[in-house]
Amino acid sequence: MGGQDDFIIQVRGLNNSFGGHVVHENLSLDVKRGEIIGIVGGSGTGKSVLLRSIVGLQQPQSGDLTVFGQRLKDLSELERQAVEQRWGILFQDGALFSALSVAENVQVAFREHLSMKPSLMDELTGLKIRMVGLDEGACSKYPSELSGGMRKRAGLARALALDPEIVFLDEPTAGLDPIGAHGFDMLIKDLQRALGLTVFMVTHDLDTLSTVCDRIAVLADNRVVLVGTMDDMLQSNHPWVREYFHGPRARAARSIR
Amino acid sequence: MDSGALSFRVMDENDTFQVQCAGEWTVRHVESVDSALKEIKSRRVAGREAVLNLAEVVRLDTAGAWMIQRTAAQLEAQGFKVRIDGLTLAQQALLDAIEHSFATVEMHPDEGPWYIALLERMGATVRQIGNNIYDQLAFFGLVIATLGRAIRNPSRLRLVPLVHHMEKAGLDALPIVALMTFLIGAVIAQQGAVQLQKLGAEVYTVNLVAIVFLREVGLLLTAIIVAGRSGSAFTAEIGSMKMREEVDAMRTLGLDPIEMLVVPRVLALVITLPLLTFIGDVVGLVGGGVAVWAMLDTTPDAYLVQLREASGFWTFGVGLLKAPFMALVIAMIGCRAGLNVTGSAESVGRQTTSSVVQSIFMVIVLDAAFAIFFTGVGI
Ligand SMILES: Nc1ncnc2c1ncn2[C@@H]1O[C@H](COP(=O)(O)OP(=O)(O)O)[C@@H](O)[C@H]1O
Ligand SMILES: [Mg+2]
Repeated sequence: MGGQDDFIIQVRGLNNSFGGHVVHENLSLDVKRGEIIGIVGGSGTGKSVLLRSIVGLQQPQSGDLTVFGQRLKDLSELERQAVEQRWGILFQDGALFSALSVAENVQVAFREHLSMKPSLMDELTGLKIRMVGLDEGACSKYPSELSGGMRKRAGLARALALDPEIVFLDEPTAGLDPIGAHGFDMLIKDLQRALGLTVFMVTHDLDTLSTVCDRIAVLADNRVVLVGTMDDMLQSNHPWVREYFHGPRARAARSIR
Repeated sequence: MDSGALSFRVMDENDTFQVQCAGEWTVRHVESVDSALKEIKSRRVAGREAVLNLAEVVRLDTAGAWMIQRTAAQLEAQGFKVRIDGLTLAQQALLDAIEHSFATVEMHPDEGPWYIALLERMGATVRQIGNNIYDQLAFFGLVIATLGRAIRNPSRLRLVPLVHHMEKAGLDALPIVALMTFLIGAVIAQQGAVQLQKLGAEVYTVNLVAIVFLREVGLLLTAIIVAGRSGSAFTAEIGSMKMREEVDAMRTLGLDPIEMLVVPRVLALVITLPLLTFIGDVVGLVGGGVAVWAMLDTTPDAYLVQLREASGFWTFGVGLLKAPFMALVIAMIGCRAGLNVTGSAESVGRQTTSSVVQSIFMVIVLDAAFAIFFTGVGI
């Protein structure tokens, strides 16, 4: 494997606009296999739209999206489904199916895509639930009975059900307490190491960015203005990047560490 | 033992006990060897070493790794010393990350035999109905008390929401109520005329329409439309506020949700349902008039004269008198169901359904009770 293949996701010349409101203009981004990349940017700069475009929840006006070396545009319906099973998505607040218990939420993909004995399905579900750090007692609970942090963990278990190669996370630590957020960060890092995952993470959390992200991509002015490590961010002269990484909260986050 | 993409082979020779694993040990394939793996055993165990050889495994994911670990644990339980061999570094990391507990989790609570489950559900339902009646009565009392306070101190009456709900529950319901009552009035007259003609008593068609419509059908029809339209809307509105914790926010700000949300809705319905019923009655009689004109050639003038003879004040009064009580029941059931919503959006749907069913049921029960009462007092 070399050259192009090292990039698991390639975005080229992406354009997105709603009515007259331009969100992305000629946006390009490469994600390396096995890395955790953090996407930052002000509110409304189109981080979620970028994520949704890559996973096909949103049709971009134009642009080339290549994932696993396959151009998504060129794929037939069947090939596309096969590709979709190779990634998992954690939505903000989990987006668990409210009519199903946590265990059933995790099993949705098993039932839909594999034919598996119920007993084995239950055992594997238990494995996934424990893997994301939930108690087994949570299996039979319904999403409305869980706290926000537990819902996110359950959502992650669902996203990991089929052992995807990429997970997309939209603000995974937003709304969690610092201990819960730190736990979630560590969980993502551990899973990424153990499973060799590629993680595409939209986040605002400076701690997450500095502790778990291998690289950071900054969205501003309708495109990716900067990609690099935390050190690159700190040395950048871009006004928004400066303000973000040198602002009072950033200083506070660094001084605690 | 070979099944498609993955396989394993047990070699049980003199001094080695080896399980050779090969192929894709991934979530898509592991099922095919699940039960065969559980059956691995050996006659001679004592102190022997078992080797799990993964050198030929081309892919390994969490499901596969978990199954390897499970097999290792199972061999250890039989008394083997277990060694896992032929791992790449990444596979080793994955195996280490998978925890080693294999207790089966009870995920689907055991409900026992079906007849027990049936009895259990019946019991639970009966108890729930009992609780429901009790709670509804308690809520009724609470709303009446709040209403009493509001009437004694009219500045607490919220006029703007009251008028808003009167418009939504009353005025906006007019077209559908008028259309339905007109059609049903005409149908009753037409069907009545056909039957009475057989007896040569078609002159009594007008009496039939007047009595049936004014005493019962006009009100019932209107109340059922309003229960379906406004009762459900009350539940959904209050329910989604409850879901988004708006009701709790109200409480913390010192606002009484009963006073803010329930009282205006109850009052609005108590005022508008009699008005709607009145209009429904009139339109229904017009419908009946059109039908007899078409079928029996009774002119509108003659229809009016006969109508006046057929119905006294109480024919009309009985129907109208029942309306505010129906309104009270519909609004209370709708609002309470809304306040009963918990957490999920699904619960809003469930409560809305139950509110409509309950209020239509109660409207009919109440109507029956009134029928007995009015017969008793002789009007
Ligand atoms: N479905 C949509 N219709 C219209 N505008 C949208 C839609 N989705 C997103 N937008 C707009 O696109 C911009 C970027 O949104 P989003 O990606 O959600 O921002 P964020 O970076 O905070 O996640 C916002 O200005 C939003 O108003
Ligand atoms: Mg967003």
